[in-house]
Amino acid sequence: MTQSDPRFHVPAPHARPGDTPDFSHIEIPPAGEARKPAVDIDGSETRDLALGLVRVLDHNHQAVGEWDPKLDADVLREGLKHMVLTRVYDDRMLKLQRQGKMSFYMKSTGEEAVAVAAAMALDNKDMIFPSYRQQGILFARGRDIVDMMCHCISNSRDNLKGRQLPVHYTWAEGNFFSISGNLTTQFPQAVGYAMACQFKGEKQIAASWIGEGSSAEGDFHGALVLASTYKAPVILNVVNNQWAISTFQGVARGQGNTFAEKGLGYGLASLRIDGNDFLAVYAATQWAAERARAGHGATIIESFTYRADAHSTSDDPSGYRPKAEEEKWPLGDPVERLKQHLIGLGEWDEERHEALEKELNELVIASYKEAESHGTLHDGPLSPTHTIFEDVYVEPDWRLRRQRQDLGV
Amino acid sequence: MAKMNMIQALNSALDNMMEKDPNVVSFGEDAGYFGGVFRVTAGLQEKYGLDRSFDAPINEAAIVAMAIGMGVKGMRPVAEIQFADYIFPGLDQIVSELSRIRYRTAGQFTTPVTIRTPCGGGIRGGQTHSMSPEAFFTQIPGVQVVMPSNPYDAKGLLISAIESDDPVIFFEPKRLYNGPFDGDPGKALETWGKHPKGEVPEEHYSLPIGKAEVVREGNDVSIITYGTLVHVALAAAEREGIDAEIIDLKTLVPYDIETIAKSVNKTGRCIVAQEAPRTSGFGAELAAQIQEECFYALETPIYRIAGWDTPYPHAHEWAYFPGLTRFTTAMREVLEA
Repeated sequence: MTQSDPRFHVPAPHARPGDTPDFSHIEIPPAGEARKPAVDIDGSETRDLALGLVRVLDHNHQAVGEWDPKLDADVLREGLKHMVLTRVYDDRMLKLQRQGKMSFYMKSTGEEAVAVAAAMALDNKDMIFPSYRQQGILFARGRDIVDMMCHCISNSRDNLKGRQLPVHYTWAEGNFFSISGNLTTQFPQAVGYAMACQFKGEKQIAASWIGEGSSAEGDFHGALVLASTYKAPVILNVVNNQWAISTFQGVARGQGNTFAEKGLGYGLASLRIDGNDFLAVYAATQWAAERARAGHGATIIESFTYRADAHSTSDDPSGYRPKAEEEKWPLGDPVERLKQHLIGLGEWDEERHEALEKELNELVIASYKEAESHGTLHDGPLSPTHTIFEDVYVEPDWRLRRQRQDLGV
Repeated sequence: MAKMNMIQALNSALDNMMEKDPNVVSFGEDAGYFGGVFRVTAGLQEKYGLDRSFDAPINEAAIVAMAIGMGVKGMRPVAEIQFADYIFPGLDQIVSELSRIRYRTAGQFTTPVTIRTPCGGGIRGGQTHSMSPEAFFTQIPGVQVVMPSNPYDAKGLLISAIESDDPVIFFEPKRLYNGPFDGDPGKALETWGKHPKGEVPEEHYSLPIGKAEVVREGNDVSIITYGTLVHVALAAAEREGIDAEIIDLKTLVPYDIETIAKSVNKTGRCIVAQEAPRTSGFGAELAAQIQEECFYALETPIYRIAGWDTPYPHAHEWAYFPGLTRFTTAMREVLEA
């Protein structure tokens, strides 16, 4: 492809299908190098952290540096369990989607730490404004797996009455807000929610996630303006998994160096972290939460990671990126890294890991059996048809009552 | 009772609600310290504090989103969009978010949000300060759409909107802020001082959303309208001495089909009138529904009065605005048909 006028610039990734995966251009600073400032630091003084990369686990899987959250082995094992469960669940759900059991699915493979570690570092009361790839948060908060599956197969027990695409979970009891499907809309909403927490004098905070591609949306700017203007107790996460469906991250990043750097212009504390490092995600979230709760305002966190699988079941990455690129990702695999860390500590071993995978796999299979006993999208039973007219308003008005009659339900 | 114009009545509604419910907050562009470019929120910051009435950045999407987040947390935000013409940057947050939170969460989360916005022409506002975009919002399941035509209704309906557990888009016809307007720009400005609907209780009261009012009884033709045109229709009927029945809809979603059908079945003739452009306007919905309800009672085709299918012009504002002549022509045509 030639470019006729060099003044017209369209950025391109380093490698395309047929090329050898190449991440040599990515600079990976050593683990433990980043400084950990006090939580009341001025956002403008976080430039080094926005341009660097907070890493805790080094190449030997040891925790190093100021950001090491020094977690108990029990907490680490719990994190590992949630991440393995997320992966096992995703793999099973993909298979089930391929068998026609659900209309659509989205895996979070490679991004488990981004969700699980953040959820564990937050208080369970903190409000989550997620995007569609943070199912790990639900596992970390202990949501019932059968309920999650019932939603995905839109059956009679779907807590959303079949109104949402699979994976677009809502779980009010777990302080997990609705997933829109329209991108970035939840970002400024989370700021409004956080402002309300502050208004009510509560210690609760809000956290939201978007992908790097959708940071190009106007709502990204809106969220950062609000968060900065009102010093809202919110954590704004940009999950840079390198790919927005088929579009590489350069198309949204533009001439900027990092996505975290965008926060500096708003005076927000801005961190860029290794998203495949459970300890880095945990420590950064814990830091940002403490900062927010203490009234020092919002933090934007870029989790640098890699989307190791397709965008969704409607996507085939072989059309736009080299095969097996995920295996070359310089920051490795988040599950494997935490597992090796625990093994290095003498708190885990291959046998236990295998047993855990087996146990969770059986749990997921058994859960699906139970979920299916409440119906499937294909064979029913679904929520009763008349429920499509419910919850549009508190009470259906005459139009909806008549239309329900017209449909004969 | 006190004499109030529509600005004072709306302010009084906000005042009552902010006093009654600590979860009610008001914000928007210039809506805090200064009290809004039309002064509807004047004095609220001074009385209730910075955190109850405050200025928002110029970003309508962010304003709506902030209201959604606050609503989800159990507050009752009242967001001002400075002009209805400016609401479009916030449209995604209204269409895809605000309106659907209850539905897509199966009632686990709700957004009791009111969006107030001045609309309509007649103030020499040109194409960016004159729009009547209400019909867009009637296409969004999950929001209620309200447009009062006088101070008394404005206060009672705004209180209902704020108290509603569902979102409301609340249009304020800005030509009516300071007085009724019969469509004749040459006449001296009238105030609400002598108008019966300018008598407004200072205390809390509410009017039901979804209820229209027969503002003039008559037997020969029904004129169904809302907002500024209610006053033009009344003036036209008086001037022509026509026995017209005039209905002020007040609420577009859900509109009061019962009151409309009763009137049209009685008169057998019907004019629907809107200030917005003609094509796919709210009058089209009314005409379609009225012919379904009243087909056998209709003696003539339903007549539509509307703005032209052009942007709102500046210099030729009065050629655009559906004024007295358009109403008298319509009534004659319908009655002579």
